[in-house]
Amino acid sequence: MPLVSQPAASISDQPAVIPPARPSPAASAPINTALAPTAKIALLRTMVRIRRFEERSLRAYQAKKIGGFLHLYIGQEAVAVGCCSLMGKNDHVITAYRDHGHALGVGMEMNPLMAELYGKSTGCSKGKGGSMHFFAPDKNYWGGHGIVGGQIPLGVGLAYGIKYKGLKGAAMAFMGDGAVNQGAVHESYNLAALWSLPCVFVIENNGYSMGTSQARSSAGELARRAEGYGMAHGVIDGHDLYAVRAGMDAYLRAAREQSKPAVVEIRTYRYRGHSVADPDSTYRSKAEIEEYRRTKDPIQVFQNSLLAEGVLTAALAEQIDNEARAEADVSADFAEASPYPTPADIQSDVYWEADNPSQRKSQGRLFFD
Amino acid sequence: MSLITYREAIRHALAEELTRDANVVVLGEEVAQFNGAYKVTEGLLEKFGPSRIVDTPISEAGFIGMGLGASMLGVRPVMELMFWSFYSVAFDQILNNAANVRYMSGGQINCPIVIRGPANGGTNVGATHSHTPENVLANHPGVKVIVPSTPADAKGLLKSAIRDNDPCFFLENTVLYGNIGEVPEGDILIPLGLADVKRAGTDLTIVTYGRCVLHSLAAADLLEKEHDISVEVVDLRTIRPLDIDTVLASVTKTHRVLIVEEQKPFSSVGSQLAYMIQREAFDELDGPIHRLATVDAPAIYSPPVETEQLPNPQRILTAALAALE
Repeated sequence: MPLVSQPAASISDQPAVIPPARPSPAASAPINTALAPTAKIALLRTMVRIRRFEERSLRAYQAKKIGGFLHLYIGQEAVAVGCCSLMGKNDHVITAYRDHGHALGVGMEMNPLMAELYGKSTGCSKGKGGSMHFFAPDKNYWGGHGIVGGQIPLGVGLAYGIKYKGLKGAAMAFMGDGAVNQGAVHESYNLAALWSLPCVFVIENNGYSMGTSQARSSAGELARRAEGYGMAHGVIDGHDLYAVRAGMDAYLRAAREQSKPAVVEIRTYRYRGHSVADPDSTYRSKAEIEEYRRTKDPIQVFQNSLLAEGVLTAALAEQIDNEARAEADVSADFAEASPYPTPADIQSDVYWEADNPSQRKSQGRLFFD
Repeated sequence: MSLITYREAIRHALAEELTRDANVVVLGEEVAQFNGAYKVTEGLLEKFGPSRIVDTPISEAGFIGMGLGASMLGVRPVMELMFWSFYSVAFDQILNNAANVRYMSGGQINCPIVIRGPANGGTNVGATHSHTPENVLANHPGVKVIVPSTPADAKGLLKSAIRDNDPCFFLENTVLYGNIGEVPEGDILIPLGLADVKRAGTDLTIVTYGRCVLHSLAAADLLEKEHDISVEVVDLRTIRPLDIDTVLASVTKTHRVLIVEEQKPFSSVGSQLAYMIQREAFDELDGPIHRLATVDAPAIYSPPVETEQLPNPQRILTAALAALE
């Protein structure tokens, strides 16, 4: 596990500065020029927080504080942060199992997320969901789903709900490039297009469905499959947060204002294995990973743009990074100190009726121990 | 009281709940313009319009998952499966998503969805269209499973299911759609998880549900006339939650039990019932618990033989006599 075995300092802790520092071309898009300097700094901060959170979680995993799977988002931060930064109050998000970035992107705090990874009762799902199942319905975040492509019909349902209630909103249904060959995804495309549902399907194409490259798994261009359903489609550079915002803005507006669905492929890259159990040594080269890190690291790209714009100073960048590391450490301490759920908690949160006995209408046994 | 069919009873339940709650929508294959593959939803499109009564493409995984996603936002979809047999193409949505979302979110998300449609054999449509998945569904904590046998039960239970905040799976029967029964007028609900003693007796308890209730009642008549045996028929009505207390009370009275189910026997609903009865009423039993199920093979097409594969009054009568030996 070459990447995993190194301490968190390996990846982009101090990557070579991508030369030369210059504003991204997408910085001049109206959706980006509308951002106040403080808002731009906040976006950078969220990306850095995702990375430091995940690096801290990886150390906890290696220390056996976290069980099960841990699918890291490192390298893809601009996608979730860019997309979630565009959310209005009637916009909703659902994603697959690589869900930590979206959770922080919609505004969830580190503490309940880290506690969830630790399996603690203070976790966002009370320790019942784990890494793949983060939820925050109060922030319009509907998970966190473990089965490849299985969340996409739910995303269409969110769009259906938005439309049925007469709201001007959009559902963003995220999936990886490995999900595009699942039947449920195609059924979802059809329903969204057939009924003009305000759903923007976002394919986060990191190049690999687990260990199988796109070339070995998927025929044709991924987003162009939308053409068969008469849907708008496009490709966005996912390394550039400004480009993500500029590209997604148009699709989200069309969804909100005209109830038009779209399929958007956002090209990105993950630095770590599919999960941390992936030794990541059989299907791609270290040189390939290093090349992305060196030239396309989304945090570095955005940081450089902000430096060139005069919005960010090196000192502030360092401060943001230090604060993110400290916050991640605090979340690990919080998780460590939190209690586990008890065996008595196993059977709560199964049925609404069982959890609300005073309002229960049904009779008979719900559980069969 | 009015005399209406099982089909009409379901339709009335839908219409009343559509009228009562604007969040209720009906979606499924052929439910709107076609008036329902089995005419259950006939006239609803005309009355409630295309935003409430929605034809879906043949796309069960897509539209069931879509209904579930909408339910998370507070819509209350009633999804029709043309046959419950098609649940297998939407299995991930039904059992990974509907059954688990509440739990995995730590109780933050409710899924007030109803999935309904027929689940039965006996219509000579072969193995793919004759599944009775109530045992498979009920194996998943988080869901509720309802199998009504009469028009009154169908109406009262469906109304309760639509108002329930947990995912409810409602299994009807194509053979019963035309059956007529007395149904109370108005807003009458039957709680989920409440069994009904359809016939009182003293010698043998038959525990059953769905169409097998009717077969069991017919067998009970024969047993009384021809053998002077008094049979109590307990209709579970709901598989999960389960009213085991009514079953145990009957066993305490008769001391003999026959379970009758239109289920393949291995790991069936009856398997669970037999375990619970022996565990909780062992001392009340005067003999082993007997069970009559579907003959253990895929559903045969051949019309006269399918009748013999399923429970029927004659098979039940024979099984009842064996249980009393």
